[in-house]
Amino acid sequence: MGKFQLFPVQASTLAPEVDHLLYFLLAVTVFFTVLIFGAIFYFAIKYRRRSENELPHVQHTGYTLEILWSVIPFGITMVMFTWGASIFFTASKPPNNAIQIYAVGKQWMWKLEHLEGQREINELHIPVNTPVRLTMASEDVIHSFFVPAFRTKQDVVPGRYSTTWFTATKPGKYHLFCAEYCGTNHSGMIGWVYVMEPMAYQNWLSGGAAEGSMAENGKKLFEQLACNNCHKEDNSGRGPNLVGVFGKQVQLAGGGTVTADEAYFRESILQPQAKIVSGFEPVMPTFQGLVTEEQLVQLVEYVKSLGPKPGTGPVDNGQKPAPKKSSNAGSTPANR
Amino acid sequence: MADHAPTETLALRVQFDTEAQQKDAATLGMWLFLVTEIMFFGGMFAVYTIYRSWYPDVFAIASSSLNQIIGALNTGVLLLSSFTMVMAVRAGQLGQRKAIVIFLILTLLFGGIFLGVKAYEWNQKFEEHHIPGQAAFHLDGVLPGDQGHAQLFFSIYFAMTGLHALHMVIGVGILLILIVQARKGRFSASYYTPVDVAGLYWHFVDIIWIFLFPLLYLIDRHLVK
Amino acid sequence: MITAAAQEREHYLNASYGLKSWLLTKDHKRIGLLYLATITLFFFIGGAFATLIRVELLTPQGDLVSSETYNKLFTMHGVMMIFFFLIPSIPAVLGNFFLPMMIGARDLAFPKLNLLSWYLLVVGGLFSLYAMLAGGVDTGWTFYTPYSTTYSNGYVVATALGIFIAGFSSILTGLNFIVTIHRMRAPGMTWFRMPLFVWAHYATSLIQVLGTPVLAVTIVLLFLERVLHLGIFDPARGGDPVLFQHLFWFYSHPAVYIMVLPSMGVVSEIISTFSRKAIFGYRIVAFSSVAIAVLGFLVWGHHLFVSGQSLYAGMVFSFLSYFVAIPSAIKVFNWTATLYKGSISFQTPMLYALGFIGLFTIGGLTGLFVAALGIDIHVTDTYFVVAHFHYIMVGGALMGYLGGMHFWWPKMTGRMYPEGWAKLSALVIFLGFNLTFFPQFILGYLGMPRRYHAYPEEFQVLNVLSTAGASVLAVGYMIPMIYFIWSLRYGKVAPANPWGATGLEWKTSSPPPVHNFEETPVVTHGAYDYASLMAEEVEVG
Repeated sequence: MGKFQLFPVQASTLAPEVDHLLYFLLAVTVFFTVLIFGAIFYFAIKYRRRSENELPHVQHTGYTLEILWSVIPFGITMVMFTWGASIFFTASKPPNNAIQIYAVGKQWMWKLEHLEGQREINELHIPVNTPVRLTMASEDVIHSFFVPAFRTKQDVVPGRYSTTWFTATKPGKYHLFCAEYCGTNHSGMIGWVYVMEPMAYQNWLSGGAAEGSMAENGKKLFEQLACNNCHKEDNSGRGPNLVGVFGKQVQLAGGGTVTADEAYFRESILQPQAKIVSGFEPVMPTFQGLVTEEQLVQLVEYVKSLGPKPGTGPVDNGQKPAPKKSSNAGSTPANR
Repeated sequence: MADHAPTETLALRVQFDTEAQQKDAATLGMWLFLVTEIMFFGGMFAVYTIYRSWYPDVFAIASSSLNQIIGALNTGVLLLSSFTMVMAVRAGQLGQRKAIVIFLILTLLFGGIFLGVKAYEWNQKFEEHHIPGQAAFHLDGVLPGDQGHAQLFFSIYFAMTGLHALHMVIGVGILLILIVQARKGRFSASYYTPVDVAGLYWHFVDIIWIFLFPLLYLIDRHLVK
Repeated sequence: MITAAAQEREHYLNASYGLKSWLLTKDHKRIGLLYLATITLFFFIGGAFATLIRVELLTPQGDLVSSETYNKLFTMHGVMMIFFFLIPSIPAVLGNFFLPMMIGARDLAFPKLNLLSWYLLVVGGLFSLYAMLAGGVDTGWTFYTPYSTTYSNGYVVATALGIFIAGFSSILTGLNFIVTIHRMRAPGMTWFRMPLFVWAHYATSLIQVLGTPVLAVTIVLLFLERVLHLGIFDPARGGDPVLFQHLFWFYSHPAVYIMVLPSMGVVSEIISTFSRKAIFGYRIVAFSSVAIAVLGFLVWGHHLFVSGQSLYAGMVFSFLSYFVAIPSAIKVFNWTATLYKGSISFQTPMLYALGFIGLFTIGGLTGLFVAALGIDIHVTDTYFVVAHFHYIMVGGALMGYLGGMHFWWPKMTGRMYPEGWAKLSALVIFLGFNLTFFPQFILGYLGMPRRYHAYPEEFQVLNVLSTAGASVLAVGYMIPMIYFIWSLRYGKVAPANPWGATGLEWKTSSPPPVHNFEETPVVTHGAYDYASLMAEEVEVG
């Protein structure tokens, strides 16, 4: 009953860009394929052996042809490179006004969490014409978040945050696939992205989340895990005050700075000694093994809610945050 | 083997035209093999470089838990063994059959000492609970959150010294074979190629250690209390 | 198995008999045949897995086999085909057999090492086969961590050990070839008089020698992590799973050039012979082979564009990936130009060579798609990539191998294969191949991920087309098996040079004598000198 398509629908701002490069590549491919196949057919027929003792005359040509058919294809490939790289650049930089959603991949399902608290499994509802920044974590092996209609894909690697973004342009429902082999039910780790009109999306948002927003749940965790014993909002605690920290440059003990983004917060919870804030002692215990990835993103959202608006930092694709000029101590690299 | 099967000697196998060609080919072959070994160890050196650049402090502390005196002594032993290996090759060049045997045996002895000391060092690590992957792993001077990074240092330490030791064991095996052959009088001034190329291999394994020793034992010692 | 005529003359096949004379042989020609038997077996095992995969994919549901089994099928298909068929194939069979002859040598530099190489492939293959029979491995041939180190329940270690051992087979073959080419060329055989087949194998050997050891150390690390829980790729301890990918692809990208360069060498020989003309731009083609080998080491990160690798690393690897396309393009143009004003005849080897050029062109051009960062985000890990690499490996490398087998069969066995059946199977293979893999480009762009046991219904039509093609292709591969074996007894007796080819191997009898040449040849002209060849033939009468 499935309808037969030759081409995936274009449902994001990125999709037409990718498809246009595809058309160019297709045109070049068809051109050279026809050229080579055509030349082979033509020569094969025209120069077929007509008598047993035929001996072709030996050619002595210069290097002109060689140079031509090296330089021209090289020029074409450089166009391809530049075009492809610029699309990649765009795809790597979510706009500042993107709304934030979290995804946690685990064998074999996608768990999506909206800031307002809605949780979904294998489904993602988003509003149309709104940039969405998806910060992702894995609980076990490497997965990959793939939405063909958006032409986006990003591996989700355990131990770090990965980010992808898209602006959906057409309401509808679109395949979501895991695209990195992850074990037995890899082909079952699929779902749908539902792109909705803004009003419908608001209705959907307000329809659920009896358990509170991510930030509210994060706050509960913050208190349950006794983070507030040291991180006090009046600067009297043993740990740094976290209000307003998100997105800022943090001064580290031993020199150097780091941007306080999601990856920094995650690392600080799991490996507190990696980056000690200047003026504080390395006394924070590690919570490795004590919090799940889902709890981590809630904590991160809580801390973010104490500070400036999200999206002020660069895309966190497991990159090192801003370069640190520091000496030995404290110069451990960030989560990646 | 018909056609006009030429008589084959050790120094001139049937596929070669001259003895010089054969020796040349053997030497080139061994150098190529050593290049493959450089690529092999190179992969591990790359892993070391990356993790050390990420966790320099922890690596420094972990490195200081290794006994540099023993490491240095062992380095000396290995250098001595390379010297005796060179002497064995020299004896080959001069056709001194007895000397070949003696120097090969000495090389073997020094290699054995190296391996024995290595086994002792590994045992130390076991006693100190520095074996990665064990639940009881603990490195003093490193905070709990960084114990994982310390495990990385020791993972690399055991992997690299283990691979090196494996190559030494293979080298020891080759030396044993050569000693047996030398005692049977197989080598002479006109044919000692196996001793020569085995020497190349042995020196290479030595050089790997020369890199391993400072990189593993001597990191930032001046910075660590 | 030998006719009366050949029976009178002694050659490498009848000089000695018995199992020991084969299993302990030092003759590069016999070793080539030992490899032929071994890799053919591995090919059919890998092909059996492919058959099961394609049959399962006839329907959207995973209904033929369980998910666990399916995951093992595609893993083992990849492992068998890559490590135990494609990597050895041409170098181990045709390279071993003909490289010494082409440069006028009596054997390779290290014949016993050559035999050891074969045993290593067999032992490695047995380890991996054991793993498959004992229960299989399901990590994909790429063994990504942490799935392979921590989560997979399959026989990872046994399979990886088999690959590790086979890797040494590859390294030693490459080492043997390099030394042979450097030190054992006959008098007058300068570098630029060597056949392009030899240049191709030189370039391939460089990759084998430099790249395979990195695979070896990667497998060692995988083993240490899985068995001893060392933690090098464990994120909980600060390790990096993506580091595994870098190490793995540092070898596995150059590996694809190990698989295709020898085939290109075969194509050069065949195009030249069946156009009766020197390859256009001999030196450029020779240098291109080496350039591909060198540049091939610089592009591994194009397998990691969406892995979390930095933006800038992605840019560098994309840029360099376009560089490596250029020498391949140059070769395609040069082969085509060789046809111009040639004297072209269409025996089966030529059909395979022309097929190679066409299909490699398509495969290579689709490489330009995946090298483009913006496109690769969408198509990586989909059937687009699967189609791309099968066009190169099957449409390219395997067709070149078959072309070479047909070209040199008379020399190796003293028999001609049946030309009519051979042409038919070449056609069947060409058609079956395209029907199998072309729909996969479309499937990939539509978004069907690879390694999927079940898939959404809308992908079914294309999958059915692909499976239909696969059944045609399977038939196409069976036919040569049958007639090659048939020809050993019933094929026409082959003359020394049935194709009028240049090259020292054609100056020997078919099959050649044990030591190849009665006397070491002295070379006085370049590689594709048909004028001299025909003049000599006129003299001989």
